[in-house]
Amino acid sequence: MSTPSTSLGSVSASRKIKDRLVQGLVYLAFALAVIPLVSLLWTVVKHGTARFDATFFSHSMNGVAGRDAGGGAYHAIIGTLEQVLIASVISVPLGVLTAVYLVEYGRRGRLSKVISFFVDVMTGIPSIVAGLFILAMWMLTLGIGKQGQGFAGSLALSILMVPTVIRATEEMLKLVPNDLREASYALGVPRWRTICFVILPTALPGILTGVMLAVARVMGETAPLLLTIAVTKAINTNPFSGPQSSLPTFIWDQAGDPNQHAIDRAWSAALVLILIIMLFNLAARLIARAYKPTGR
Amino acid sequence: MSTQSGVDAAVGARHRADTRRLSTGRTGDRIFAGAARGSGILVLAIMAAIAVFLIWKAIPALQDNKANFITSQDWNPNATPPKFGIAQLAFGTVMSAGLSLVMATPVAIAIALFIAYYSPRKIASGLGYVVDLLAAVPSIVYGLWGLRVLAPHMDGISRFLNDVLGWIPFFGGDSPGKNSIFTASVVLAIMILPIISSISREVFLQVPRANVEAALALGATRWEMIRLAVLPYGQSGVIGASMLGLGRAMGETIAVAMVLTFVPGINIHLLEDGGSTFAANIAKSFGEASPTGRGALIASGLVLFVITLVVNMAARAVVARRKEFV
Repeated sequence: MSTPSTSLGSVSASRKIKDRLVQGLVYLAFALAVIPLVSLLWTVVKHGTARFDATFFSHSMNGVAGRDAGGGAYHAIIGTLEQVLIASVISVPLGVLTAVYLVEYGRRGRLSKVISFFVDVMTGIPSIVAGLFILAMWMLTLGIGKQGQGFAGSLALSILMVPTVIRATEEMLKLVPNDLREASYALGVPRWRTICFVILPTALPGILTGVMLAVARVMGETAPLLLTIAVTKAINTNPFSGPQSSLPTFIWDQAGDPNQHAIDRAWSAALVLILIIMLFNLAARLIARAYKPTGR
Repeated sequence: MSTQSGVDAAVGARHRADTRRLSTGRTGDRIFAGAARGSGILVLAIMAAIAVFLIWKAIPALQDNKANFITSQDWNPNATPPKFGIAQLAFGTVMSAGLSLVMATPVAIAIALFIAYYSPRKIASGLGYVVDLLAAVPSIVYGLWGLRVLAPHMDGISRFLNDVLGWIPFFGGDSPGKNSIFTASVVLAIMILPIISSISREVFLQVPRANVEAALALGATRWEMIRLAVLPYGQSGVIGASMLGLGRAMGETIAVAMVLTFVPGINIHLLEDGGSTFAANIAKSFGEASPTGRGALIASGLVLFVITLVVNMAARAVVARRKEFV
């Protein structure tokens, strides 16, 4: 982008300075964004490794007070994995089927426009409102799991997950070339078999990537879980009965304790949570790269 | 005669086709289409249910409320008689989200420009990924970091701002602290940065190549090209993006709840400790809430739901309007 030297030399100088100034500001802005990221990751790793030991992964907090050393997040890790798994089991079929409706069946119909609009709106629901909704419906109205229940947490998470899954699937289904659909119809294959055995398999890697990213997103959600699963220190492997723990609520609980041992545990749990989330993100990227559509 | 038979043949063919389709999976088709349509309707039903249940469960608490729900600054729903109002929460939410937007938007636009037009092509997507990593960090970790790492640093910064800009009421006050709305909004700004910058980046990359090249061909410097070709084109996209960021900042719960220390009453001095937001208040007071307290929290959640709904719809409308131009 070299400016040719012309007779406009003097003007050019001020313009050049302005150009350089903006360039400097733009570089500075990027650096400004990297500082918190580096600081955050570095502190989490630095403090997190203090309690990143076998006890942490094999013990719960049962009978361990804030000032005690020891204790672990075993119960929280189990809780998080179960809740997110159930949330995925609920929201993936719902999300994929809705996307199929939007792309394959309801093209440009009024219903699909309305659904599409509200999916956008749903994306913006604050996570705590999803928690309040499950509290109001599931626990206060239906009276299920009043003392906190892992499954109620899963329901709240799936409300946050569904719109992400729908949008990701929709984008991928739109990328499936129309020739494939037409070829399948021309062979006399019914529509639903075309969708199930031609279109969805073609879009599968992309859908999987979207699901992984959605999982990574809800895994770190704290607010809805605070209202639904209650906080317990003991191991509870049954998500359908009694309060459960989860990594985010574990961090919330431990970080609120002034004792250094508790704060160490909070940092270690943060490290574990970030590692799991990064793993899902990485998996999503690898899937996306491995099955990258080549040309048409 | 021949036409007649032709028509017959056509009718026969259509009939045959119908029966064949019936035998090869029309039922399956109907079930599958029904399931897909049902899922879509279920999504709508969930949205409706959210509004209905929040309203329903909020009403009893609102009826018991002895204070004005809109203007009262108290939050004592567990007391007898219960008194609660959202004035302080609304103030804290609007201020922290607004301030975070003011801080995040220019930086986010600059980052988007950096990735789209300044960085070397080869590493551009890698740099984009770095910014997206900021979005992958869960809010609870931001809260922990904000409380333990950022807040101690904010002490000095707050004092400095108080000294220099103390004549502005928002930055005034006698005792600038570290657990203030200002600190919360810095954390929020970092959290909404990736949202605003990734959408802006996409918009900037869609600027027609011809516009960019025409500006350059006329002798514009890179900044002039951006000012003439990129920014006008991307304007509404950037506005929509920052409104989405605003919605996210207003609904953010845990990071804010961890950073803020609750002090009752509206404090216009944003550098002083205290303040609360809708979401942070729900997370903090839920544990000790009585049945009326829960109802009151649900009522405040309903207000938050409506506010974010309006902001998000407006943002989508702005972004969608731009789509029609393209």
